[in-house]
Amino acid sequence: MSGKRIGVFVCHCGNNIAGTVDVAQVASVMAAEDGVVCTSDHAYMCSDPGQNAVIAAIKENALDGVVVSCCSPNLHERTFRENAKAAGLNAFDCEIANIREQCAWVHRDPGEATEKAIRISRVAVRRLGRNRALDAIAIGVTRRVLVVGAGIAGIQASLDLAAAGLEVVLVERQATIGGRMMGLSETFPTLDCSQCVLSPRMVEVARHPRITLMVSSEVEKVSGYVGNFQVRIRRQAAYVDPDLCKLCDDCAQVCPVVAPNEYELGLSARRAIFMPYPQAIPATYTLDAASCLGLNPVVCGKCRDVCEAGAIAYDRKPETVVEQVGAVVVATGFDLYGQQQLGEYGLGAIEDVLDGLQFERLCSASGPTKGKILRPSDHRAPKDVVFIQCVGSRDPARHCAWCSKICCMYTAKHAKLFKHQVPDGRAYVFYIDIRSGGKGYEEFVQGVMEEDEVMYLRGRVSRVYQDGDKVRVFGTDTLSGQNVEIAADLVVLALAMQPSAGTAAIAKTLKISRDKDGFLAEAHPKLRPVESVTAGVFLAGTAQGPKDIPETVAQASAAAAKAIGLLSQPQLSHAPTVAAVRSRLCTGCRMCVDTCPYDAIRLVNGKAVVTDVLCEGCGSCVTSCLRAAIQVKNSTPLQMKEMIEAVLRV
Amino acid sequence: MSEDPKTTYEPRIIAFLCKWCSSAGSDLAGVSRIQYPANATPITVPCSGSVSPQYILTAFRKGADGVLVSGCHLGDCHYLEGNYLARRKLFLVKELLEFIGLEPERFRMSWVSAAEGAKFAQVITDFVADLRPLGPQDKLQGQRP
Repeated sequence: MSGKRIGVFVCHCGNNIAGTVDVAQVASVMAAEDGVVCTSDHAYMCSDPGQNAVIAAIKENALDGVVVSCCSPNLHERTFRENAKAAGLNAFDCEIANIREQCAWVHRDPGEATEKAIRISRVAVRRLGRNRALDAIAIGVTRRVLVVGAGIAGIQASLDLAAAGLEVVLVERQATIGGRMMGLSETFPTLDCSQCVLSPRMVEVARHPRITLMVSSEVEKVSGYVGNFQVRIRRQAAYVDPDLCKLCDDCAQVCPVVAPNEYELGLSARRAIFMPYPQAIPATYTLDAASCLGLNPVVCGKCRDVCEAGAIAYDRKPETVVEQVGAVVVATGFDLYGQQQLGEYGLGAIEDVLDGLQFERLCSASGPTKGKILRPSDHRAPKDVVFIQCVGSRDPARHCAWCSKICCMYTAKHAKLFKHQVPDGRAYVFYIDIRSGGKGYEEFVQGVMEEDEVMYLRGRVSRVYQDGDKVRVFGTDTLSGQNVEIAADLVVLALAMQPSAGTAAIAKTLKISRDKDGFLAEAHPKLRPVESVTAGVFLAGTAQGPKDIPETVAQASAAAAKAIGLLSQPQLSHAPTVAAVRSRLCTGCRMCVDTCPYDAIRLVNGKAVVTDVLCEGCGSCVTSCLRAAIQVKNSTPLQMKEMIEAVLRV
Repeated sequence: MSEDPKTTYEPRIIAFLCKWCSSAGSDLAGVSRIQYPANATPITVPCSGSVSPQYILTAFRKGADGVLVSGCHLGDCHYLEGNYLARRKLFLVKELLEFIGLEPERFRMSWVSAAEGAKFAQVITDFVADLRPLGPQDKLQGQRP
């Protein structure tokens, strides 16, 4: 049909494909296919000998194109296209027939699977038959990076990127950077003070000449493509000017409002004008318009009157900024699984039932109790504390199916910190399994069990209720087979980690996907763990899945390294599979112009013209054209027709 | 007793899968080793919005018993709004099939994300099961467009 000399190479993939599909049969049937001049099969086509065999066959048979019947193109399309290029062919002279994920792995019957593998291979041969040789379109690069989220992941990524000479725009929704790590007391397994580790890095971010920090800001819209994104960021009105604020506290002294302090997770109160943490960056007071008595019209105005520095102005407006960047790192972090779903543990209803992050604040020297572990109801030191692990985690029937990974470790740490403060206290831990994989982690947990004499009980808790000034906990110790009842002073729940509230929205804005649990999805679980499926968008930290601080930092550095690698290229390449107009047929009806989501088509002298670098090759225009005057290169209607015929040929 | 062709025939399905969501979803079904019938042959397209009604008619004319177009969930299109365009166009295809006397159930649209391997397998399983009672498609086979 196309006159091309095509070779078909069928991979066994060990037993992954050959276990179900009769690979030799596929090769021999494909040999009779129109245009196919040679076929062969190989145990591992992607191995060095396998790839060399393809190159040798291309030269020996003077092939114009190769079809490799193997795994998903997401895995090795690039491998085999590079290989074809090494043999002097064009990248589009190679097509992949996915006979592993879409065939061998999902069918048991060898006969049916082999038939389907042949059909899939035929489709690839027909696609290849009409492919044109295309070269990537070169585009310029903006050497700036947007980092979304300024927790430890975003901070680490920003510092690494800036150290490599790139400009960084770091956007944080809250009024201070630092994220969840800022709220922690000590970190496992070394008991380093979390803030002592983090604060210097926060200061470094604020002072770095190449990092533009935008707090109280959110990414509204992202357009463009890898190397050239336009990002619209909305910054809330900054009623307190951070450059003028002297941190004197006069404003908070006169503010009549009392509201729960969200940075202390509701364990203490704050004014409407306040400083989130003593170590907040940017170091400034912040005015929360939602809890203020009123800014428009001004109801109170006391803070402005008392501010000698003149830092406060009520008429400031939210502003929108547009930034040009070449890459994006998403580090939007986690939230704890909602307490409203967990009524049986009394969270939110019983004062002395806390979540893990609240307990961190109780242990923190800068927390509401200045580091003394006091229970919220009567501010006394608790003697009996029950820690419950896997609250919401590992419970696919009712809550979250996944393991939140860090709870075993931080619960052990909590118990240890409690025992250090209250040596005659008793700590109980309800657990399902102890998962303490990590450097020094197992030893830490063993130490908590043996030296700190924390009582570990293997089992679930059935009920928690208030009983006088005690919190009564009913559970089962499945190792001894006995029911356990503890009259506790304080109960701490290790709630499941879930993606932070804004994750769905940012995923939509950036056109990246989420996994079944709502965490951001990596492009490949093994080989591309810090990339999203969208080129130029990278992932870091707990937004991608539960992980501890060292892993988060490692992933953030990896994401930064990937972005640095991308932006250090002099030019980027844009996929050449873009729409092309056959001017002779075009009537200038504008249907494609109006359909194109990227504004890549315009009319010039009454004919449609495509701007290649803007076109993403989606093909929306193709189906809008009444005259078939526009088509996407290498996905043409003729190819589609021949592929359909190849499937249905008897 | 002769066998009823409706119960013994294997429906031949063409599945147009968008490259970003449904094709990736079918990959996940594979990685998860979720088994489903081998009746559907996938043809990967850039976007469900790039599937022309003509491709669907061609498939039926060449003897397909069923045609599936599967894309990203509405609002999640990699190309912003291609799947909305697909839905608008392909809804009309269903009407057209009915008009020309073909069972509209032979054409199906689905939205399968890259995270929904199990759903992809279910879509194929259901489609095959629903096509069996209809028997082989011979109304459009061999017809000129």
